[in-house]
Amino acid sequence: MIFNEEFETLPREALEALQLKRLKQVVQRVYHTVGFYRKAFDDAGVRPEDIKTLDDLKRLPFTTKQDLRDNYPFGMFSVPMSNVVRIHASSGTTGRPTVVGYTKRDIDMWAGLMARCFAAAGLTKNDVVHNAYGYGLFTGGLGAHYGAEKLGASVIPMSGGNTKKQIMILQDFGPTAICCTPSYALYLAEMGEEMGVDMRSLRLKVGILGAEPWSEKMRIEIENKLDIMALNIYGLSEVLGPGVSMECAEGRNGLHVFEDHFIVEVINPESGEVLPYGETGELVFTTLTKEAFPLIRYRTRDISRLMPETCKCGRTFVRMDRVSGRSDDMLIIRGVNVFPSQIESVLMDVEGLEPHYQLIVDREGALDTLEVQVEVSEKIFSDEVRKLQEMEKRIAKDIKDYLGVTAKVKLVEPKTLKRFEGKAQRVIDKRNI
Amino acid sequence: MKVEQISVFLENKPGGLAQVTRVLKERNINIRALSLADTTDFGILRLIVDKVQEARDILKTEGFTVGRTEVVAVEVADRPGGLHAIVDALSSEGINVEYMYAFVERSGENAVIIFRLDDTDRAIEVLQEKGLKVLPGEKVYRL
Repeated sequence: MIFNEEFETLPREALEALQLKRLKQVVQRVYHTVGFYRKAFDDAGVRPEDIKTLDDLKRLPFTTKQDLRDNYPFGMFSVPMSNVVRIHASSGTTGRPTVVGYTKRDIDMWAGLMARCFAAAGLTKNDVVHNAYGYGLFTGGLGAHYGAEKLGASVIPMSGGNTKKQIMILQDFGPTAICCTPSYALYLAEMGEEMGVDMRSLRLKVGILGAEPWSEKMRIEIENKLDIMALNIYGLSEVLGPGVSMECAEGRNGLHVFEDHFIVEVINPESGEVLPYGETGELVFTTLTKEAFPLIRYRTRDISRLMPETCKCGRTFVRMDRVSGRSDDMLIIRGVNVFPSQIESVLMDVEGLEPHYQLIVDREGALDTLEVQVEVSEKIFSDEVRKLQEMEKRIAKDIKDYLGVTAKVKLVEPKTLKRFEGKAQRVIDKRNI
Repeated sequence: MKVEQISVFLENKPGGLAQVTRVLKERNINIRALSLADTTDFGILRLIVDKVQEARDILKTEGFTVGRTEVVAVEVADRPGGLHAIVDALSSEGINVEYMYAFVERSGENAVIIFRLDDTDRAIEVLQEKGLKVLPGEKVYRL
């Protein structure tokens, strides 16, 4: 289902004309209202008038997370605070959080994009949405909430945590859709099983899952355990929050970027060079319509690629592949680039393994070591030492074969690895470099 | 004539075994025989208990990975050559012993040896043909 038929199915030519018109406006606006952009453009020797075609976008400098931190808290706002009706902030795992603001129109636009996401998942006003994204400074909770209301669906504002109560509500209120992180969806399934609840018999039919990278294997696992269709949603607070792109139920292959509101590019994270469609690199977004917190060429650190082929759902927007990792999560182990998501997909290929794992990176002498801790499920357990050691060796060999890195595999007791109610932290890096 | 053994995965860390024994104690489950196989990282605790199903359920509820395996218990007189008669019978038929462990009965006259074999059914036939005393499960659980 398409929420905004007019814009979501615009012919490419009309879409690009709209993008150019909006790009020129936003570039003018930030140049004259945000000191940071004026200086950055001046330093790069570009003036707003130089943007004559969409291709000219690449003449503009990138904006990085560090730039946002340097302008903490409100230095990047492009409207006076009197026009800002909402403030959110990203979790500042390292250093200060990044602060973003929204005008009334920004909030409406965001709700509209989230409504598009829900419609793409097949939801209508007759659905009941269990929203387990965190409410608060994090954009997930309120972002999804307003979108579901915009669509006319009934929202249960659960927020995160309190898992037993969540399961009770899932049983008693019978929501038809759930919004949460994929790792929390699995955790809910697991807790439900433990409580003796048949999680497959709930009324849930679709999961709108995002806020962390996940794999196709994990999707299958979630779909089996909850008997739902699991769809991928993407967004980041700097760019908007959830609702920057969304997978459609018809295609289930890549996420449509709402290109009437954003321009997406993929760049080589090392050189900054713009890559052609199909090539994998770092996603870069420019917001076209945001008023309070416009962003020009924001480097997301998320690794993906763009797929321009038309989709059977009828949307003309380009699709981005599921995010396969983060350019700053990338581990370099003895010179080999390793994304945790790659290890996850190796593990999920081993029959009977649960998708719970942790990576411990350390350094012995001058050598990096990688330990992969995997929980022993009943399916792979054996009373014979030899069989379990063979399992460890097999996983280590698969990792070596696929990623070219030597790992020590350690089997651990079930449920000993930390469960994550928000974003999963899969890596413990003990190296002091 | 088979005996049910339960096995539990244990990480090599202090307190792991104690957690298992505590759970069994609280349920008043008696351990008849046990063996612990270990590597540098993990161990596998194999147990023969009086209440198999209950032990298995409670350990699973407590979050352990639990397996169940069929093993063979053979009773022999506690004197030199007792074990040899069994192993000889098995090897002459090409049956492989994956692992084994033994305990002595309360009377002190007989030893019971628990075998994990690659072909349990065939082994029971062979042992019985040779006149060796294979103990049924019910008997072992109540020894």
